[in-house]
Amino acid sequence: MSAADFSVLLPETILAVFAMGALLTAVYTRKDEMAQMLVWSSAAILLLIAMWIGLAPHDNRSAFGGMFIDDAYSRFAKVMILLSTAAVLVMSQDYMRRRGLLRFEYPVLIILASVGMMVMVSAGDLMVIYMGLELQSLSLYVVAALRRDSVKSTEAGLKYFVLGALSSGMLLYGASLTYGYAGTTRFDGIVSTLGADNLPLGLLFGLVFLAAGLAFKISAAPFHMWTPDVYEGSPTAITAFFATAPKVAAILLFGRLLHGAFGGAVADWQQILAFLSVISMFLGAIAAIGQRNIKRLMAYSSIAHMGYALMGLAAGSAAGVQAMLIYMAIYVTMNIGTFAFIMSMERNGQPVTDIASLNLYARQDPLRALAMLVLMFSLAGVPPLVGFFGKLYVLTAAMQAGLVWLAIAGVVASVIGAFYYLRVVYYMYFGEEGEALDTPRESLLSLFVLASAAAMVFGVFNLFGIEAPAAVAAATLVP
Amino acid sequence: MIGLEHYLTVAAALFIIGIFGLFLNRKNVIIILMSIELMLLAVNINLVAFSAFLGDLTGQIFTMFVLTVAAAEAAIGLAILVCFFRNRGTIAVEDVSNMKG
Repeated sequence: MSAADFSVLLPETILAVFAMGALLTAVYTRKDEMAQMLVWSSAAILLLIAMWIGLAPHDNRSAFGGMFIDDAYSRFAKVMILLSTAAVLVMSQDYMRRRGLLRFEYPVLIILASVGMMVMVSAGDLMVIYMGLELQSLSLYVVAALRRDSVKSTEAGLKYFVLGALSSGMLLYGASLTYGYAGTTRFDGIVSTLGADNLPLGLLFGLVFLAAGLAFKISAAPFHMWTPDVYEGSPTAITAFFATAPKVAAILLFGRLLHGAFGGAVADWQQILAFLSVISMFLGAIAAIGQRNIKRLMAYSSIAHMGYALMGLAAGSAAGVQAMLIYMAIYVTMNIGTFAFIMSMERNGQPVTDIASLNLYARQDPLRALAMLVLMFSLAGVPPLVGFFGKLYVLTAAMQAGLVWLAIAGVVASVIGAFYYLRVVYYMYFGEEGEALDTPRESLLSLFVLASAAAMVFGVFNLFGIEAPAAVAAATLVP
Repeated sequence: MIGLEHYLTVAAALFIIGIFGLFLNRKNVIIILMSIELMLLAVNINLVAFSAFLGDLTGQIFTMFVLTVAAAEAAIGLAILVCFFRNRGTIAVEDVSNMKG
């Protein structure tokens, strides 16, 4: 343990100290009046650290004897996590204030959750995975129940807590078996004990439990039960957060664990991931059809999207990891825009989440309706838009890895899934006359909707150049 | 002679009891919290048994972390449960069902 170790951890340390300092100051001074200032300064510090991690030249380092890894993969992940967290904080500020939810705990918990996510994606040891995951999860349980006078919000928090704790238990059981049969908790140690032939039974059990625990966290079917309820019950701003950064962190941790610790046993985990992927894609596509609540619809949509990201991982190659990274970057961008739209849906000042309330929205606000149309088409993966290229990457990676049946299943599921995205568009353009939504009061949310939709259109030229960094990141993980 | 496999069997049994307690219990959310605790303690038995068997301290250090986090987790779980009780007036498992579908 030395100064060099701590210098690797500097971004996380700064954020954690900032969060604790903010908590202390807010408690000792005027309390909730500080919240607004705190949200802005939190977003600013997240943005600064994202720029620092993304732009400063780094070489790949590790700290604490390989327990904490700082390489191109973790930096790619951290930039995505920090930028999306900052975006959600800025977006949510007005929504939370008008509903009396802008307490100072909110930015503090969000920052602590993002520290947990940064630790997760840098983990080089089973212990570090657990500590990072719990720091993230414990903060998220609390923010899910942030509206503490509402039955729905506290119920969402309770459900999230119970199923999250169950998944942590499964992950831990898998970690203990892996430790026992590999003799170490370090990823490089575990991977060096794997022989050329099949995994020993103990390690296989460990791997399955670890995968089940992480599948809960990324809400892959059949471990998805908590997602629709938590998405519906939490305040929309919090749902927007759940749908973006934690998903990125969990699936990138999944990739790190599989390639870093079980890299020699691709054939063993490939079938697990292919199974999770195909079930998630179909469940997400089919179960969303009956939904009338747009937040529940987005929950099933995120389950389906996680299926596609898992398809990239299931390929088990550097191209697969690259496809997964690109897919997640596109997914996060689309979701930020979509949730900015959902946050601004209200009638007489009250939030509405019913899809039917969008009736003929295009007549009322053609520009935003057009942006939402672009976002929905992109989520569905309709060709000219960026969402299509995300799917194209993972499908190509799966084809190259010989998983042709999985790629075909992915195409079929995306056709089924297109139905419910298009229904939102149908309501906006061809619905029946009904009570109209309020005209949105703030330009900030509209800005996010339009910027995200514009990114979906103009990204088709070069995907804003994320291909090259994603390839570098994937190459550090899968040599 | 009590060997590693005996410890592993006990831990596996406790872990499974914990999972069943979580899913089969129809009464009370507190029982769910107890089941979660049981699962984490089963993991601790596993870790300590492996640690002693391998002659390697890592497992026991891991156990310390798990114990600490389990305490924090129980505190947060109970806090959320108290909030829920204030709104709903009950903590029966079948009443945690405002949202479905």
